[in-house]
Amino acid sequence: MRLIATPQSMTFEAPLPLQSGASIRGYSLSYETYGTLNADKSNAVLICHALNASHHVAGVYADQPDNAGWWDNMIGPGKPLDTDRFFVIGVNNLGSCFGSTGPMHVNPDTGRVYGADFPVVAVADWVNAQARLLDALGIEQLAAVMGGSLGGMQALSWTLQYPERMKHAVVVASAPNLNAENIAFNEVARRAIVTDPDFHDGHFYAHGVVPKRGLRIARMIGHITYLSDDVMNEKFGRELRSAVNSATGYKYSTQDVEFQIESYLRYQGDKFSEYFDANTYLLITRALDYFDPARTFGGDLSQALKRAICKFLLVSFTTDWRFSPARSREIVKGLIDNQRDVSYAEIDAPHGHDAFLLDDERYMNVVRAYFGQIANSLGGAA
Amino acid sequence: MSDPLIMQAIARLVPQGARVLDLGCGDGALLAYLQEYKGCTGYGVELDDANVLACVQRGVNVLQLNLDQGLKVFADQSFDVVLQIDTLQHLRNAEVMLRETARVGKIGIVAFPNFAHWFNRLSVLRGRMPVTKRLPYQWYDTPNIRVGTFADFADLACKNDLQVLDAFGLQHGQEVRLWPNLMAGTAVFKLQRR
Repeated sequence: MRLIATPQSMTFEAPLPLQSGASIRGYSLSYETYGTLNADKSNAVLICHALNASHHVAGVYADQPDNAGWWDNMIGPGKPLDTDRFFVIGVNNLGSCFGSTGPMHVNPDTGRVYGADFPVVAVADWVNAQARLLDALGIEQLAAVMGGSLGGMQALSWTLQYPERMKHAVVVASAPNLNAENIAFNEVARRAIVTDPDFHDGHFYAHGVVPKRGLRIARMIGHITYLSDDVMNEKFGRELRSAVNSATGYKYSTQDVEFQIESYLRYQGDKFSEYFDANTYLLITRALDYFDPARTFGGDLSQALKRAICKFLLVSFTTDWRFSPARSREIVKGLIDNQRDVSYAEIDAPHGHDAFLLDDERYMNVVRAYFGQIANSLGGAA
Repeated sequence: MSDPLIMQAIARLVPQGARVLDLGCGDGALLAYLQEYKGCTGYGVELDDANVLACVQRGVNVLQLNLDQGLKVFADQSFDVVLQIDTLQHLRNAEVMLRETARVGKIGIVAFPNFAHWFNRLSVLRGRMPVTKRLPYQWYDTPNIRVGTFADFADLACKNDLQVLDAFGLQHGQEVRLWPNLMAGTAVFKLQRR
């Protein structure tokens, strides 16, 4: 039987102060929960999402049996993070376009849609907002906080902002900050959106248009960086979409789709531009760029991680060049320097950054074993 | 090395409550033993996926790193004890790892199959590579990239200016202190930087 998910929403009237100095009030967060909170409320696990994801982490909706959560392979009854033993919470971040308050919603202070005026949100702001949700749910301490990529950054930030509020952190395919190349990719994506004539300085809603061209390009470049060279070659190689009757099979056109990889990227771009919000893309990539917990410690990550007291599992993937194993090892080193409990698995998977969302037996088994240990430490109270 | 007698013999060398780094920790059995019976803390380093999983299942901190790429993530003198138990024979550069062991740990404990054990010598005298409990592989199909002797290692320690605090052989889990180079299948060294 499949896990049935039910989206919920909670509204927060009190202003949330943001890293930028601004604040936001009267916002709501969309979330889902799976499993049952045990009597002493010790089995809660918070899942933080990455760029293109939401609170719909696991299961399917009763009326949408094909709409599986983005980490449904990882989380559910009998899965590596077993909802028969843990109470799992998925929450959509502020500024997103999947339900929580975002740029497409009305600013209660002005009565107008936020658009480009939605305050810039940082990873630490998301964590603060998530903490308020946990407060409202009556959860004082998490068994674990878990996330991949940008979600891993949130999990890491949790351990620094609220070190007492979790026993474990599971940080997958993440990094202590973005390097210049990563910021560069984000900037190309942002420029594609901002220079789309339909962007209208972020107030495109009022014009009844969507900067789809920009969103498509942003998604295309993002997608390239989530895959590995090997996987792309294996999947597409130099295969032509439709060979014409000539010696080479080429159409000799500069603008038609010629290679399968072009077709694939255009398809991914088209699909993305239909549902993703342009302002959200700008906000989330900026949150990625700004994340750098070592910054206020003169770049000394070990100093920054001194505050973390929970136990850690880190996982990286060998072919991930966007969040490479070397970046995860920096976090591992920082934790070792502070004599923290940490395990680190470096999975030799071919799928690039996307591997964190895919089924790899070694990856799944390590996560399953780690959560199995946590579950045993709960004394079966779940 | 999962032989409980050998494990206990190694554990006797580790001080109570020590911070331990176990290089090539296998399935984490020794670390788990040290945690349970000697109140130790620390990490295992392991490359093999199945062993990493076994460590996580045991609740032992394990870091999946390739020792041939060095011990960069570990600071100088950051562990009370660094263990290299049956690891040396798998390393491309055992001398570099020995120096790294001494850099990272206040004490290094190294154990490895002693090729000069009389049984191995007899085998080679007969013109055959030995196949024993401690060296269970055929010469053409073995994970070991080198073999060495008790006496060889003593020289290597000396060459690297390491002080041998204790050295003995192990045979059937018993310490061998008389002619260990001849009489023991396993060589054990406890070292520190001079």
